Amino acid sequence: MSENSVKRHSTTKMVPVPSRSIVPERDLGRQPVLECHHLGIEFGGLKAVDDFNLTIGRTEIAGLIGPNGAGKTTVFNLITKVYQPTTGTVMINGRDTSGMNIVQASKLGIARTFQNIRLFSNMTVEENVRIGLHNQIRYGMFTGICRLPAYWTKEKKQHQRSLELLSLFGMQDMADVQAGSLPYGAQRRLEIVRALATNPSLLLLDEPAAGMNPHETEELMETIIRIRDQFQIAVMLIEHDMSLVMGICEGICVLNYGRVIAKGTADEIQQNPVVIEAYLGRRKEADA
Amino acid sequence: MRTKKGKLIYNLITFGLVTAAFLICNSMLQSGSMSRTLKGQLVPICAWIVMAISLNLVIGISGELSLGHAGFMSVGAFTGIVVSGWLLNGFQVENDALRLVIAMVAGGVAAGVAGVIIGIPVLRLRGDYLAIVTLAFGEIIRNVMNCVYVSVEGSSLRLGFINPNLPGTLLLNGPNGAVKVQRISTFLAGFLLVIFTLVVVLNLINSRSGRAIMAIRDNRIAAESMGINVTKYKMMAFVLSAVLAGMAGALYGLNMNTLVPAKFKFDQSINVLVFVVLGGIGNILGSVISATLLTVLPEVLRAFSQFRMLVYAIVLIVVMLATNNPLLRSWFNQLTAKVKGRITGRDGQTTKGGGAA
Amino acid sequence: MMFLSNLLGGISLGSIYAIIALGYTMVYGIAKMLNFAHGDVIMVGAYIAFCALQYWNIPPLLAVPLAMLVCTALGVTIEGLAYRPLRQATSLAVLITAIGMSYLLQNLALLIWGANPKNFPSALITLPALSLFGGELKVPGTTIVTILANIVIMIVLTTFTAKTKLGKAMRCVSEDRGAAELMGINVNRTISATFAIGSALAAIAGVLLCSAYPTLMPTTGSMPGIKAFTAAVFGGIGSIPGAMVGGILLGIIEILGKAYISTELGDAIVFAVLILVLLVRPTGLLGKPVHEKV
Repeated sequence: MSENSVKRHSTTKMVPVPSRSIVPERDLGRQPVLECHHLGIEFGGLKAVDDFNLTIGRTEIAGLIGPNGAGKTTVFNLITKVYQPTTGTVMINGRDTSGMNIVQASKLGIARTFQNIRLFSNMTVEENVRIGLHNQIRYGMFTGICRLPAYWTKEKKQHQRSLELLSLFGMQDMADVQAGSLPYGAQRRLEIVRALATNPSLLLLDEPAAGMNPHETEELMETIIRIRDQFQIAVMLIEHDMSLVMGICEGICVLNYGRVIAKGTADEIQQNPVVIEAYLGRRKEADA
Repeated sequence: MRTKKGKLIYNLITFGLVTAAFLICNSMLQSGSMSRTLKGQLVPICAWIVMAISLNLVIGISGELSLGHAGFMSVGAFTGIVVSGWLLNGFQVENDALRLVIAMVAGGVAAGVAGVIIGIPVLRLRGDYLAIVTLAFGEIIRNVMNCVYVSVEGSSLRLGFINPNLPGTLLLNGPNGAVKVQRISTFLAGFLLVIFTLVVVLNLINSRSGRAIMAIRDNRIAAESMGINVTKYKMMAFVLSAVLAGMAGALYGLNMNTLVPAKFKFDQSINVLVFVVLGGIGNILGSVISATLLTVLPEVLRAFSQFRMLVYAIVLIVVMLATNNPLLRSWFNQLTAKVKGRITGRDGQTTKGGGAA
Repeated sequence: MMFLSNLLGGISLGSIYAIIALGYTMVYGIAKMLNFAHGDVIMVGAYIAFCALQYWNIPPLLAVPLAMLVCTALGVTIEGLAYRPLRQATSLAVLITAIGMSYLLQNLALLIWGANPKNFPSALITLPALSLFGGELKVPGTTIVTILANIVIMIVLTTFTAKTKLGKAMRCVSEDRGAAELMGINVNRTISATFAIGSALAAIAGVLLCSAYPTLMPTTGSMPGIKAFTAAVFGGIGSIPGAMVGGILLGIIEILGKAYISTELGDAIVFAVLILVLLVRPTGLLGKPVHEKV
């Protein structure tokens, strides 16, 4: 099974684009889903992220890796507008997001999961997905309170769509379970389903395989590829599990101390001496 | 409870209980077997039920603590009284039911407007700050109400601020409030308002907007990431709650001969808070039951009236400790399991310690 | 001259607010909770001092320490019984508990001392009024004592938190409770100590408040309590000099507002200030901004 996914990535041809990034050849000539230009943020004088440049193609699976505290989640928070950058810009589908808030970024087509799971744990699995559908299947407050005909049709639509999305992970039977009572792996999967429900063009996954066993991770890799193929979206993920990153990511970006130290395909990254140094330390130090 | 079927049953029980209680009380009224004190309490009970549901919408569903709900009730009550008096004196509308309905709608609208004005600044804040600012607004409303004078001359209203010298029939008299109010509130109107409130709140909870409100309560950042406009939905819950409180206020005010602004002190907000806490935060049926019991009991047990607020205070502390301390909660869970076990004859030990989180 | 006398009155009232605000600001800084019952501890302190002077014939110089002692014990008990079990709970639950505690104290006072207002004896502060500008401006003794007490308390408390071991522990706990615990600081004891200090100060504030405004009732503490919280927010919650600045400014605003704008709307003006401050500068005049971690 994993053979399949590894094969997929090795067949992708990556080509360089401006801003010193690479995108899959198939996405060339199409508007990139994400462009970061000279992105930077300071917290009280400390540069958490500095001069971050990245372009992600329409259907690319991209990886963001780096040692702990390198600023990976901060990059996610900048892209999703949880933080406003001190310098630089984020373009989503060609639109400048300067001055936008989280909600506006979401409406532009960005969805994310969180490193420390943030489900609506008192609600059921289905309700969690329905909240993801908030801006997809809409009706107003009065329609809801007065139970107008639109309420019933839209509710039914939401229900059907929720089950469809849940079935991506085979979770349709858990629709009525309280989200907080799910096992850890299932909670991570539900977060992905909920993010997908917002109909994004870029899905940001923050350590999707954390806490999963090798078998679950393998399944997750397949599912991420399936999602990309089925929805034709881009996926960007932060992950420490290198078998997942090297297995499915087409373009990989390595951060250290808030700066990009390498960009390239899985093979290139694995060979890059700077990356090896960042992860393992310099040989001299290791010897000493 | 959270499943679709569970929710439906919960709603049916809620409406069923309220309707049954109304029918029983009504037949007791008809046969004359109801005591005088209880009779006088019927309309206030309905008003306090609506207040409790309205506050529960803010605390339980929206997850914010409002300490100024008596202020909205006050706005609704005095608007209702003014509108009713205006219709009677200015336009000779003699039909009590019509006047009451218009007064309640006007009270709701006025309180809703106050809710918007207050909500814009308040909802930018969080947690304790939000609570203390709602308290501040409640006090400001009471302060301002003490300075408002309204009279009706011909068919036009005359307004005065800190200025009691107005021509015509005085409807509101500053700190002395409203005097010689025509009591047009009826038990039936109260019951209908309770049903209306239940429909609005329960339908809201089980709708797109309600889910958005609860999502913000459970995890604000995640809700925003899903594209939910936090301000809009917080505002929706807050203003809706204010409207309901205003309507309850109009019902309550038009059941009194006299009403002074001091009636809606901070204490009243706390009273309603006690209803909500005892009934269970987020539990609408619980609010209905506790508001009813806590309004009736003090009247029945007049001998203990001096201990009422003391008991309320203890209720707040004990319920909070019992539901929020992990140790106490698991202990309570064991206890209830044991009691349940006794009743059903099964062993209650199986569900011990489930609540530690 | 009228203005000067109003201004002095404002500073005097503001000094009382400042002393109360210290209790709020220290507790909020360290335990991250709004101790709603703090205002009612003031009331208890005032009642103890009142009983000491009126019924128990204790000399005025001992009445104040006695009130401080009782309030300290009360504050520590409240914290241990009601707040400590809720360390991990939501701020909503803690605030509701604190409101319950406030009502508990008020109603216990109502049962013990009755609803009738007590006239607080003036025997406590016997300093004669100071005449300035040839008798045109009379500064009451209570005003002088209040302002002096405020200054002394501020100096002592600032040195205490900066220099002593306990003071440093308090600052650690307020920065990061988990890290402080790992460094071997007893967090529970530190929070208890904070409540003890805040409550002792509340007793002093209670005596000063009732010396200036001698009507003593079970609800005496609640309004000044809420206003003092406003002062603490105004100055920047968690900051000791902030409490002083916020308290005095709020006192001046209240007295001048009542004198020159409207007596009826005095409280409304104070609360409008709170709302404005929270909207324009939620961290207060001297507070530091905080970031939410995602």
